[in-house]
Amino acid sequence: MSEQTIDLKKRRFLTQATSVVGAVGVGFVAWPFVSTWKPSARAKAAGAPVDVDISKLEAGQLVRVLWRKKPVWIFRRGAEANAVLSSPELEALLADPSSSGNSKSQQPAYAKNTHRTIEGSEEVAVIVGVCTHLGCSPTYRPEPGAADLGGESWKGGFYCPCHGSKFDLAGRVYAGVPAPTNLVIPPYHFVSDTLIRIGVDPAA
Amino acid sequence: MKNKQSWIDQRFPLTKVWNEHLAEYYTPRNFNFWYFFGSLAMLVLVMQLVTGIFLTMHFKPDSANAFASVEYIMRDVEWGWLMRYLHSTGASAFFVVIYLHMYRGLLYGSYKAPRELIWILGMVLYIALMAEAFMGYVLPWGQMSFWGAQVIISLFGSVPVIGPDLLVWILGDYAVGDPALNRFFSLHVVALPLILVVLVFLHIVALHAVGSNNPDGIEIKKNKDKDGIPKDGIPFHPYYSVKDIMGVVAFLMIFCTVVFFAPAMNGYFLENANFVLANPLKTPDHIAPLWYLTPFYSVLRAIPPMFGSQFPGVLGMGAALVILVALPWLDRSPVKSIRYRSAPFKWALGIFVISFIMLGWLGMQPVNELNAFLARLFTILYFAFFILMPWYTSIGKTKPVPERTTE
Repeated sequence: MSEQTIDLKKRRFLTQATSVVGAVGVGFVAWPFVSTWKPSARAKAAGAPVDVDISKLEAGQLVRVLWRKKPVWIFRRGAEANAVLSSPELEALLADPSSSGNSKSQQPAYAKNTHRTIEGSEEVAVIVGVCTHLGCSPTYRPEPGAADLGGESWKGGFYCPCHGSKFDLAGRVYAGVPAPTNLVIPPYHFVSDTLIRIGVDPAA
Repeated sequence: MKNKQSWIDQRFPLTKVWNEHLAEYYTPRNFNFWYFFGSLAMLVLVMQLVTGIFLTMHFKPDSANAFASVEYIMRDVEWGWLMRYLHSTGASAFFVVIYLHMYRGLLYGSYKAPRELIWILGMVLYIALMAEAFMGYVLPWGQMSFWGAQVIISLFGSVPVIGPDLLVWILGDYAVGDPALNRFFSLHVVALPLILVVLVFLHIVALHAVGSNNPDGIEIKKNKDKDGIPKDGIPFHPYYSVKDIMGVVAFLMIFCTVVFFAPAMNGYFLENANFVLANPLKTPDHIAPLWYLTPFYSVLRAIPPMFGSQFPGVLGMGAALVILVALPWLDRSPVKSIRYRSAPFKWALGIFVISFIMLGWLGMQPVNELNAFLARLFTILYFAFFILMPWYTSIGKTKPVPERTTE
C-alpha cells in the first residue's frame, strides 16, 4: 500500500452520511413504537352506534347514555323551553347562537339550526355531554332563573362545575365563559318515532 | 482489608468516588435549615421507589379492576394500607420538600452562574415529577382520577390543527378509559422513575462539579489554604451526612404523624371524590387537581379563550413553568444571597411567594367572579416577577458581600 494521507473532507462526508442514514433508521424503528399508542382494533370496534328508546321520556327529563365512551344526553324540551331558544333575549347572551362562527363544525349540517336538532323533532335534543373547555360533563340545570347561576339572566341549560362554563338547552355556549364553542351534536337519526340511533347520520 | 480495597480500586474507582463525593467533598460550613431539603428529596424519592415496587405487586392496571385492587391493598393485603399511605403521603411530601428546596434556590441565588445547569436540570426534574405525580393519581381510578385525567389530557386537544388527533393518540381511544390507564401505569412505574433517577444523578454530578452555594452566596473555592482545601469548607462526610440524618429524623416525625393520623389530610392529599369509582357519566360537583398542581391550574383558568380556542390558556400554563428555566439570565444582580440583595428584589420575592400561594389556593376554589379576578391579578404578578426581573435586580443598593462565610 502506498503512503496514505487523511482526507478530512471525505471523512466528514462519510460521518454526515452515516448520521443521516442512522437518523432515518431511528425514524423507521420509532414508528411501530409510536403506533402502539393509537386506538387498537378493539378500541375502534367499541365505537359502534347506540340505540335509545325515548318512548318514556317526559318533557324536562334527561337520560344519559355512553357512545364512544362519551356521555350523550337525550332530553325532551317542553314547549316553553323550546320557545325560549329563539328569543332575542337569550340570543344576546350567547357567543354563537346560530352556530356559524367558531362553532360551525360542532354539529352535522342537518342540526345547524336554532334548536340544533333534526328538522321536525325540535323537542328532543341529542347532545354530547362533554364541555368544550376541558372535557368535564356539565350538569343539567333546566330551571330558569336559578339564583346560583345568575338569576334573571339564566334561561335554563347546562352548567359546567369544573370551570363555570354555561350552555343553553340547545348546548349553545354563553358569551364570556371559558368554553370556546357550543357543545357537540353527534350524528343521529330516528329509526322509528320512539327510537334514536346515535352515531349514524339520517339516510339522505 | 487494605488488600481487598486495593483489589477493588484497581478494577473500580471505589475509593476515588467515595473521596470525591463524600469524604473529601468540601461543603460550605455555614449551611442552615434551608439546606436540609435536597437530601430530604432524595429520601422521599427512595421511599416512593420502594413503596411503589411493593404496591405494584398487588395493583391491577385495568379500568375494571384498578379501583377494587386499591381497596384490596387497603383491606386485605397485610400492611398494604401502610404501603399505600406511605406512597400517597410521600407524593405530597415530595412536593413540600421540592418547593422548599426551590425556594432556598431563590433565597440564596443558587441558580446564578456558575450553577445554571444545576437549576435547569432541577426544573426538568420538577416537570418530570409533576408528570409522575399526575399519572400516579390516575391509577386508583376514582372519580378524581378519571376527571383529572380528562381535564389534563384535554389540554393537548386544544393544540391547533393536530389537537384532536393528538388527543386520540395519547388516550389510545376516543375518551379516557382502559388504554389510558394502562399506559399511564407503564409510564408511572417504569419510564418516569428511570428518567427521574437519571436526572437526579445528573443534578448531583453538576452540583459536585461546581460545589454548593451557601447562605452568604459566596464561592468558597476562592479562598483555599495551602493544601488546596477551601478555608470555609468542611468534608460532606461525616459533617453533613450526620447533620442530614438529624433532618431526616425531624422530617420523619412530621411525615409519620400525617401517615398514621391524617393520611387524606382533610382532602388535600387524597381528595374525597377519589373514594368513589370513576363514572364517565357524572363529573363531581367540584373538581380540582391536587394542591401541588393548583398554582398552574389557576393560571390555566385565569386566561380566557381567544379566537375560539382554549389554547392560549394552555400556553400560559406552560409558560408559567418554562419561564423558571430562564431565571439565571433574568437576574442581573451582582449578589446572590437575599442577605445582601437590594430592597426591590426583596419586595419582588415577597410578592411572588404570595402570588404563588394565592394561585395555589384559588386553584382549589370554585369559579366565581371575584376568584376569576384574583386569579388574573396573581397570574400577572407571577409573570411580572420574571419579566421585570432584569429591571428591578439592576436598581437599588446591594450590601457589600463578605470575603468569608459568616456565622
